[in-house]
Amino acid sequence: MIERYTFHERLCHWLTGFAYLYCLSTGLAFYSPYLFWLAIMLGGGPTSRYWHPILGLGFVAAAVWMHAIWRGDVDFGKTDREWMDKAKYYATNQDELVPPQGRFNAGQKVFYWAMFYGALLLLLSGLFMWFPEYVPFSLRAIRPVAIVLHECAALITIGAFIIHVYMGVFMVPGSVHAMVSGYVSREWAKTHHRLWYDQVDDRSNPAK
Amino acid sequence: MSNGPLAIKAISGHAGPVAGLDTSRDYELAKLIDVTTCIGCKACEVACLEWNGYPFRETVFDNTYQTMPDLEWNYYNLIRFNEHVGEDGTLQWLMRKDGCLHCADPGCLRACPADGAIVQYTNGIVDFHQENCIGCQYCVSGCPFNIPKFNSETKKVHKCTLCSDRVNVGLEPACIKACPTGCLHFGSKEDMKELAGKRVAQLREHTPHTNAGLYDPAGVGGTHVMYVLHDIDHPERYGGLPKNPQIPLLVRIWKGPLKWIGNLAMVGGIVGVALHYLRFGPKGEEK
Repeated sequence: MIERYTFHERLCHWLTGFAYLYCLSTGLAFYSPYLFWLAIMLGGGPTSRYWHPILGLGFVAAAVWMHAIWRGDVDFGKTDREWMDKAKYYATNQDELVPPQGRFNAGQKVFYWAMFYGALLLLLSGLFMWFPEYVPFSLRAIRPVAIVLHECAALITIGAFIIHVYMGVFMVPGSVHAMVSGYVSREWAKTHHRLWYDQVDDRSNPAK
Repeated sequence: MSNGPLAIKAISGHAGPVAGLDTSRDYELAKLIDVTTCIGCKACEVACLEWNGYPFRETVFDNTYQTMPDLEWNYYNLIRFNEHVGEDGTLQWLMRKDGCLHCADPGCLRACPADGAIVQYTNGIVDFHQENCIGCQYCVSGCPFNIPKFNSETKKVHKCTLCSDRVNVGLEPACIKACPTGCLHFGSKEDMKELAGKRVAQLREHTPHTNAGLYDPAGVGGTHVMYVLHDIDHPERYGGLPKNPQIPLLVRIWKGPLKWIGNLAMVGGIVGVALHYLRFGPKGEEK
């Protein structure tokens, strides 16, 4: 077994995930009357509304922490362009046609940046929604702009989130285990992140 | 003046006809504010506070008569004062009773996400039910008149109820009862428009206010609080009454097409990954 995620990485991931899930559930309740039951399940509308922005700050804080941890691993490079060209083979499980990847492949990096910029946009628009009474009436056009931006940013992260959960739980077996225990099998590492495997395997096992 | 099923048709041993028998009762109601006869006495503000059980506010002084700068969550009704100097150098001291206009197409109600927090009665009153309010203040963003006010302690939004509790039992709103000049009128929207029409004609014919008119803005479907203004082309002189109030376009988009695009995208995403799993299944690993 090879260590893929350190304790801090896993803690950060699940904190971000928990805060995101809470904001997602309560946010969907405010998004549609047909989903308002989510707010009822989570303690009622006022409670949900009270905690939504606070957990939202938690989400952004965790995302910033995550950025500090992973920013060295999520820059786009040559292998990412290659991966993008072969993305259709990746999506159709013809992995033998996909070039070897480093620690994160381009799809994961796209997800990362969608959530990162989504979080920043949600924070910025959310602050205007949290304190609309401080937006002067002469600048009132900002208020609905903030709401629409907040909703669009949320929808983008939801799209990314659906794919993220699907891939982690269903499409790439071993991913959940990796994010819980921190370890992946050598086969898993070789299959999905060959360049990273070569790297860490050299380091942890010079004999190879 | 009772309405609904208990409107009185005949009274035993009563001298004279039943009061108000010939007025229409199956109605949308309206408050008519004739700003040309307002003297800025603030009796309506006091009556509003008394009926709703709120305390008086501290006043501020900035060398104008506007000793209370804005509506508050517990101050539904405020006279706005403006000293307007005309092109010919004449001074007009304008006073307008500000408060919720009870739009026929209320932006607050459209924007609100909480089940039952804002209701519109068939008589036209738009009422906030604080027990269902979640404190998101979307109504603040939806209102083109800057009316709903947030209580940051209770996290609830408040505004003029048009005394729905009084109207429901056949009483006029408290402000109407207190007005000493007859500037405030209350009745069916139809009757109030008729009354306003007469007053506007009178102003045009017998005063220099030849551009007097009724403020009942069509952009929000008309309102159930209407104003007679000296100059209908310049409502903004009366403490910022908007000339052509509209529910913000983005609020309409947000509550209209954006919802359905978003719903389709989310359902589409979930269906999409499910189909993907059925078609391609999980990834294998090389051994």
